[in-house]
This record gives sequence, C-alpha cells and structure tokens, in this order.
Amino acid sequence: MDERVVIEFQDFSFQYFSQAEPTLNRINLKIYRGEKILIVGPSGSGKSTLGHCLNGLIPFAYKGDMRGSLKINGVETREQNIFKLSKMVGTVLQDTDAQFVGLTAGEDIAFALENDNVPTAEMRERVKKAAAMVDMQNLLGSSPFELSGGQKQRVSLAGVMIDDVDILLFDEPLANLDPATGKAAIEIIDELHKKSQKTIIIIEHRLEDALHRGIDRVILINDGRIIADKNPHDLVSSPLLTENGIREPLYVTALKYAGVKVASDMRPGHIATLQVDRAREALAAWYNAIPLERREYAKPSVLKMENVSFSYDGLRPVLNDINFDIREGEMVSIVGRNGAGKSTLSKLLCGFEKEDRGAIFYKGENIREKSIKERAEIIGLVMQNPNQMISKPMIRDEVALGLRLRNIPEEQITGRVEKALNICGLSPFKDWPISALSFGQKKRVTIASILALEPKILILDEPTAGQDFRHYTEIMEFLVEINKLDVTIILITHDMHLMLEYTPRAIVLSGGRMIADTTASMALTDSRVIEEANLKETSLFQLSRLSGIEGGARFVQGFIDYERRLKAR
Amino acid sequence: MKDHFKVNTRTIVATGLGAAIFTLLFMYVKVPSPVPETSFQTAYGLSAFFATLFGPIAGALIAFIGHALSDALQYGSPWWSWVIASGVSGFIFGFAYKRTKVEEGEFKTRDIVTFNVIQAIGNVVAWVVVAPVLDILIYQEPVNLVFTQGITAAIMNTISAGVIGTLLLIAYAATRAKKGSLSKG
Amino acid sequence: MNAKMKLFSYNTADTPVHRLSGLTKLICFLLLTFAVMFSYDIRVIFAVMIFSVAILRLSQIRFSQIRAMIVYVLVFVVANAIISFFFSPEEGVKIYGSRHNIVNLYGGYKLTWEQIFYQITKFFKYFSVIPFGIIFLLTTNPSEFASSLNRIGVNYKAAFAVALTLRYFPDMQREYHDISQAQQARGLELSHKAKFADRFKNSLLILIPLIFLSLERVETISNAMDLRGFSKNDTRTWYTSRKFARADYVALAVSALITIGTVYVSVFVNHGRFYNPFV
Ligand SMILES: Nc1ncnc2c1ncn2[C@@H]1O[C@H](COP(=O)(O)OP(=O)(O)OP(=O)(O)O)[C@@H](O)[C@H]1O
Ligand SMILES: Nc1ncnc2c1ncn2[C@@H]1O[C@H](COP(=O)(O)OP(=O)(O)OP(=O)(O)O)[C@@H](O)[C@H]1O
Ligand SMILES: [Mg+2]
Ligand SMILES: [Mg+2]
Repeated sequence: MDERVVIEFQDFSFQYFSQAEPTLNRINLKIYRGEKILIVGPSGSGKSTLGHCLNGLIPFAYKGDMRGSLKINGVETREQNIFKLSKMVGTVLQDTDAQFVGLTAGEDIAFALENDNVPTAEMRERVKKAAAMVDMQNLLGSSPFELSGGQKQRVSLAGVMIDDVDILLFDEPLANLDPATGKAAIEIIDELHKKSQKTIIIIEHRLEDALHRGIDRVILINDGRIIADKNPHDLVSSPLLTENGIREPLYVTALKYAGVKVASDMRPGHIATLQVDRAREALAAWYNAIPLERREYAKPSVLKMENVSFSYDGLRPVLNDINFDIREGEMVSIVGRNGAGKSTLSKLLCGFEKEDRGAIFYKGENIREKSIKERAEIIGLVMQNPNQMISKPMIRDEVALGLRLRNIPEEQITGRVEKALNICGLSPFKDWPISALSFGQKKRVTIASILALEPKILILDEPTAGQDFRHYTEIMEFLVEINKLDVTIILITHDMHLMLEYTPRAIVLSGGRMIADTTASMALTDSRVIEEANLKETSLFQLSRLSGIEGGARFVQGFIDYERRLKAR
Repeated sequence: MKDHFKVNTRTIVATGLGAAIFTLLFMYVKVPSPVPETSFQTAYGLSAFFATLFGPIAGALIAFIGHALSDALQYGSPWWSWVIASGVSGFIFGFAYKRTKVEEGEFKTRDIVTFNVIQAIGNVVAWVVVAPVLDILIYQEPVNLVFTQGITAAIMNTISAGVIGTLLLIAYAATRAKKGSLSKG
Repeated sequence: MNAKMKLFSYNTADTPVHRLSGLTKLICFLLLTFAVMFSYDIRVIFAVMIFSVAILRLSQIRFSQIRAMIVYVLVFVVANAIISFFFSPEEGVKIYGSRHNIVNLYGGYKLTWEQIFYQITKFFKYFSVIPFGIIFLLTTNPSEFASSLNRIGVNYKAAFAVALTLRYFPDMQREYHDISQAQQARGLELSHKAKFADRFKNSLLILIPLIFLSLERVETISNAMDLRGFSKNDTRTWYTSRKFARADYVALAVSALITIGTVYVSVFVNHGRFYNPFV
C-alpha cells in the first residue's frame, strides 16, 4: 500500500436541500492510494450520499449545504467540476437501468470514449479489450432487454473500467445478482484491483459476500456518522456489526452459538482465512447436542402448478414443465440463477401472463379464467422492481391505494396503513414524498402497500434487496407471524441466508426447468444443484468442513433448528 | 430569458425520455374526433408538461421527435408539415418554463392561468398558422380544408394540453419538497 | 398493447441496402422524399415509385412486415381524397386553368377531369413516399441513426436525444404494460366492463406513474451520463459510425440525380410544380 492520500474528508457534513437535518455528519476519513475499502451501514444511513460526494454529484447535481473539506488527489471537490472529477473517480451506480444508456452493450461500454472524441477505430479496439475483461466480448451487439441483470452489471463495469481512472466506486454491485454471479463480480473487482492498483470503494449490504475476497478496511456508517473504521478481522470480532443492525457472517454466528469467543487472531474476516483449530471441539459438542426435528405438512394444497410451460415470444421457452404443490401455511423459497424464470413464474401465478400449457390450481380449482383483479383478492405480489409498483407521489397515499380501490371505508384505511408502515419501519417518513427515499426504503413502501391488503397468499420478489439486517428481520419476523395464521408465503430470492433461515422448503429453477424441490439445507449443500442453479454453498457448510464435521447438510439444518428454537424462546 | 435556451445533460435526457412517452401516447392513447384526420391527442398534455419543466428546446424536440417517430412507425414516413407544427407548439409551451412556481411546490390559480394562456397561444400559432401554411406550401392541399383541420386541432389540443397538462403540473407541485421540510417523525 | 418492439424489428438480412451506411441511407431518404414531395408531375411520381418498389424488393422486406402500415396509409389517403373533394371540388380547375366536366353531382358539386387528375396525382404522390420510409426504418440499425444525424449537421446533443428516445421507447412500452398489471393487481378495473369516464380516469392512473417514474429517471440517467463525461466537449465521436464504401457514393449519386431530375422537369419542362396535360 502506498502512503499517498487520495481521498480526505475533514469535518465534512452535507444536508440535502429538502432535509431538515444533515445526512452526513462531521465525517473524517482518509483513503490511501491502492486501498480497497468496503462501506457498510443500515439502509438510509448515507452510504450512497457519501459516494455522491466523491464523484461530484454532490454538490453539482444534488443541491444542499456542504461543510468542511473533501479533497481528492489534494484538491477540494467543490472547486472542480463533475467532468474533472469523472476523470479521477469512475462510478457504477446503484441503479443499473440508469447506468445503461447505449442501445447496445458495445455502445454503452464506449460511451465515455465517445464523449472524449476518441476516433472510432481506436474505440472499437479498446471496447473489445474492456469487454474481454468482464467476459462480454461475444455480446457486444445485444440490447439491454436481451441481457440478464448480471450481464448488465458486467457491461456497467466495463464501461467504467475503459476510462483510465484512479478510483473506482461501486454502489451495491451485488444487488439483484444471483449468488454465483455475485461471487464472480467480487472476483472481477479483485482481479482488477490486483492488476491495476486502483483505489477501490465498494458500498454493499451483503457483507459476507463482499468479504469473499480481501478487503483492506471496512467503514461502518450509521446515521451519517462513521462508527468504525477497522480491518475486517477486527470488525467482525467486535459487537459493532450487530449493534448497528448489520448482519455478521453466518459462520461467525455459528461460532458464537457454540460458545466460541471470536477474536481477531482467529482471522474471522473471511472464511478463507478463518482459523478454527481452537473452536473445533466446542463446535462439535454444540452440534451434537441439537436434537433433529421432523416436520410434516398435513395441510391441504393451496397453490399447485401442473406441467406448466410458458414463453413470452412463442419461440424461446422461459418456463418448461413446472410441477409443484404448495400447502396452506407453508413458507417456500424460489431460487435460481439470473434469468431462470422466477419472476415470470410469479407473473403466471398472478395472471399477468397466461400459461401456454399446463394448469394452475387454487385449492384444487383451475384458475385459468380468473382475471388479474380477481386473483389479487387472494394473492398479493410484491414485484422485484419497486418503481413499477409505485404510482402515487406520497408514501401514505401509495400504501392506501389498494384499499381505496377496494372501496374500504376511510376510517379503516388509516389504521391499516399505519400498521403496515410500522411493520416496514416507515413510520418516521409517512408524510414524505417517495422521491426523497433511498432504494431500500422504496422497496419497503411496496411491501407495506401489499401487506395492507392482507392477502391469503403472499409472493415477495427479492424482498430483501437493498435492505439492512434490522429492517429485514422486522419484515421477516412479521411474515413469520402472519404465516402462523395460515397465510402462505412464497419468497423469490438470491439471498441464501434468507432462504435457509426462514423457508424450510426450496424450489430451485434453472433455465426455466425445476431442478429441485427439497429442503433449503439440502439444496444448499448439493453440489449438482448449486452448480446448475448458480447458487453458492453456504459458509456454514464450509465451516463444517473446516472443522472436520461430517454431513454438512445436517450441520446446516442443525444450525437452522437451533436458531429457530432460540427465537421461539 | 437566456436561461430558457440553456441545454444541459438533464435537458437532453428529459427530451429523449419525453419523446419516448410522447410517441407512446401519440400512437396508443388518443380519442378520435368527428373531424376526419384529427383526434384528441393526450400527447400534447405531456409535451406541455415537459416543456414547462424543461424549457422550449426540450418542448420543441419532444414533440418534433415524438411526432416524427410515431408517424414513421405507423405510416412509414412523417407528415412533415404537422410534425413541424408539433415542434412549434412544444417550443411555445416552453415559454411557461420558470414563469410558474411549480418547482417550488406551488401551482395555484395564477400559475394555472399563466400556463394555460401560454399553451393556448402555442396551439393557435402551431395549428391555425404553421400547419396549414406548410400544408399548402409543401403539399398544395386545398386552403379551406387545411384551415378547418387546423382550427379543430387547435381546439382539441388546447383542451388536451389544458386538462392533462394542468393536472400533471398540480400533481408534480405536490411532490416538490420545500427547503428543510423533511424530518423524521 | 403489444409489448414486442416494432422499432427493433429491423431485419438483419444482408443485402446491398443493409450494407449501406446509416448516413447514406438518411441522406438518400431525405433527398428522395424531397423529390416526391416537391413534384406534382404524375410521370415523375410513377418513375420514382417504380424505383422505390424495386429497392423495396432488393432489401428483401416481406409484405407481412409492412401490411399494417400499408393499411394505415390506405385509410389515410382514401379519407384524405374524399374530404379533399368535398372541401374543394374545384381545386383541379383552379390549378390547371381549364374545365372538363364529367357529371353534376348532388348539391352543386361538379366532377371534373381536372379534379380527378389532381386527386390521382396526389394519391400516388403520398403513396410513393412510403416505401422510402419503410426501407429506411427496416434496414437501418437504430444505433447508427443518431451518429448519422450528427454527421449531417444536427447538433450532437439533439442527435443523442433521438438515440435516447430509441433506447427508452421499448422500455416505456414494457413499463406501461407492467404498471397497468401492477395496478390491476391492486384492484383497478381496466377491462371493458368499466364505464368510459372511469376508463379515462383509470388510464390516467397508469400514465401518471409512468410519467413521474420517467422524471425520476431523468435525474438518475443524466447523473450517470454526466459521470461519464457527456456534454463536456463541443463534439463527440460515435462507436457505430461507419466509413463510406463505394456503394455509398453510388447510392448518393443516384439519389442526387433523381432529385435534380425532378427539379429539372419542374423548372424547365413544366414551368411549375404541376404537370398540365389539359393544355
Ligand atoms: N435527493 C434527496 N433529497 C432528499 N433526501 C435524500 C435524497 N437522497 C437521499 N436522501 C435521504 O438521505 C438519507 C440517506 O440516503 P442514501 O441514499 O445515502 O442511503 P443509503 O445508505 O445509500 O441507503 P440504501 O442502502 O437504502 O441505498 C435517506 O434518509 C434519504 O431519505
Ligand atoms: N416481458 C418480457 N418479455 C420478453 N422476455 C422476457 C420478459 N420478461 C422476462 N423475459 C425473459 O425471460 C427470462 C426469465 O426472466 P425472469 O425475469 O423471469 O428471470 P428471473 O429468474 O426473475 O431473473 P432475475 O434473478 O435476474 O430476476 C429472461 O431470459 C428474460 O430475458
Ligand atoms: Mg444507497
Ligand atoms: Mg426476477
């Protein structure tokens, strides 16, 4: 590492024009050339805002009150302009839809060069090279809607890397990526770091995934202040993460359950560096003491798909011969790689699209003829992209919309809206316009708006994308509560923790086919399924291997059972 | 006034997206009228709205590109006289830019009147003057026919821009948060 | 509404027309449309029309691809012909300066050979523009369109606005569709069962989110573009622009000749935009 400071915040504060209080508060932070930094913090804590200060969107695009000093390469940012800053800081924004401005992947990667008047021939060469770095060289002619979420993310990476900048900033690069692609993204960033010695800053909620490769320092932010600035080993072994509502890596939780005191000399920052020698016995003892549970579902079927196939264009099948039977009061995950057809499946269930072959049954009755609106009386869907659901400018009206459309009396509406907002942690913002919310907060608005409708079956597409652990837990615990009242819950997710923790059963899709319908712990320890569906084996499994415990699947199941009993107490 | 013609990235993006929505509305969201070859076009409500927020250049380009593109998609080739007239109407709508308090979160009677006077002038100039004159110059269409069509179009587009534009601006004003107004609690 | 994007169904066949650069096609399109718009000489119009249909064949465009457009245009031109007649039955007489009555119709309307000739000329004139538009639309890669506009002198920012329109139009179509479904899933009635006034109100319920969503997108997209240096220089280059080949020069020369020919005929043969067979 170099001793030269590239970024220096000194007593830096920022307050958005419309906010009553500063969003960033007296930040002091130095980042050195060639460092790799991870920024974590709860949703709405000011991470993206900090990023905006680095790339110049603040103060040049977002208005507000800026105090203190922020120097990049020794110059105050406020004395520069956004173009000069863009030569030093390359940004991959949180919203990939917005990042992709070209009509094709190639054009998008070339965008920065076009603006620099690079001659066309040279541009083609450089685009080819940058695309090869992210393995996209064969898809340069594809338009954005032909690419999966993960491929779009790769294009964004290439588009930023093509310009020779010193500092790369990634705002939630993993959101919406399937676990294996997420892992690959972290690896690509790491390779890039090793090869180019650029300074790298990653903002990410998925701490454990982001720690898949080495990180020099982790900065923990809460409420616009820096709470901690430590190396990963120190941070993970301190109580700060849980205190600030960030989820610690699962293997650390397991060690703690086993009564092991996690200290930084065990090098617990990354599973790859973890020293388990001291913990071996305690882990085995803890694991052997967990009684195995058997659960049977005797409840009647509520939602059933029989030989369902579907294609958007009549040519390429997106779903192929899907069969499953979900029983009343179950909690099920649907997982699988980007573009496997998970969201499409939810659209079929809600009647947005009609199956080409096969049939869907609700309590034994074929619902083919039921309209979207009729199905909506039973099934509530929280869509993947919150922007598609939001239609009112104000939060309160948005959550009330469905109730108003159903002509529910206004005095009942208020109560139900308040309750839903409460569960989703939105009470403090209830009179705000949606446009002042962070991404994670918007997603919660859509969850609240569906919860308020109290459906019998609830489908949530990526409910935890962009959520911090505290809100995530609050929402999930509420779902568990209503699940006990026989509300059936289907979660579509890329979050393997979520699936393990809350849904006993997992349906795994890959390339439009159902490749497994089994317990969550089985799915996550079966290497064939993991491989085929782009999942990632859980770190618990790795922990069991490291500490020489046989039967990884049972170890994982044991962990879940233990945790559930702990919560029930 | 200089401000009116300043073009930055935001103006360009607003133009691009605005024209995309304009095309969509122009092709699918219209109501036929009793006078042949004219219909009640909701798209002009949109161009009036965008022009008020982003200025005359954006207004002109949105309507010009949007109209040309939807003509091209439907008929294979744009009907240039009316495409140009659309552009002119969008341009004039743009003079409402910075003349109302909509960005500060207020769109009351005074602003509504200002906006509607401007959009009505825009529609009259575009449809009663520009479109018919161009029709005669380019296509040699009969004089009384083009003026009848022009007057009908002016009336209907004024209603469309008036009703839809005003509604959109009121809704937009409601989403503008005032300085320091957002606090948790 | 069809969620499939007509716009991008430009066919990727490999014909001499497809191989022309987008810039060439744009210039040829503008020249040839100008030619037929300018001339009211049915001989010239027929000549250009035969030429355009030949090019249509050459580009391997199938009838099924353009059927809808042809129907639209037919409806338009026929309607135009009928109302033109009722609004101005003497237009032909006025233009050609002579009168050859055929029959007297109801209400003092007279049908004249001049009027028929004027209207037939107009009919074919409008119809002959269409093939050029179709060829241009279906054989030009949308990516090349913006760079071509820029190279014929349109300011690059305006050209890029067009690129953005093409980029986001399919997104808007899909979003319109998605929002409408999401609203129905919250209890909105959009089917034909609803009353007209309700349907109008309800379609506003879809449009408003679409528009407001786009306003928000304007912010994020322009941020993303600023961060990558858009509009910092007075010019920009284009990844998709192509070098001219020999075929490009040939195509340009042919179109220029046709255009000059039309103007020549008007100025030196007809002494005006109209060809007058009645003298
Ligand atoms: N344009 C804006 N105007 C006003 N307030 C804003 C604006 N953008 C963000 N905020 C507020 O600033 C706070 C921090 O937002 P920011 O986007 O930085 O959060 P974040 O940590 O990135 O959250 P997430 O993890 O959900 O993306 C939030 O409370 C948000 O409401
Ligand atoms: N409206 C649509 N029209 C045409 N094709 C579509 C449409 N929506 C999705 N597809 C295609 O169908 C396939 C499945 O998409 P789907 O959104 O169901 O995937 P997913 O499993 O939800 O992926 P992700 O994890 O990335 O959200 C993809 O190849 C996608 O490109
Ligand atoms: Mg953020
Ligand atoms: Mg999905």
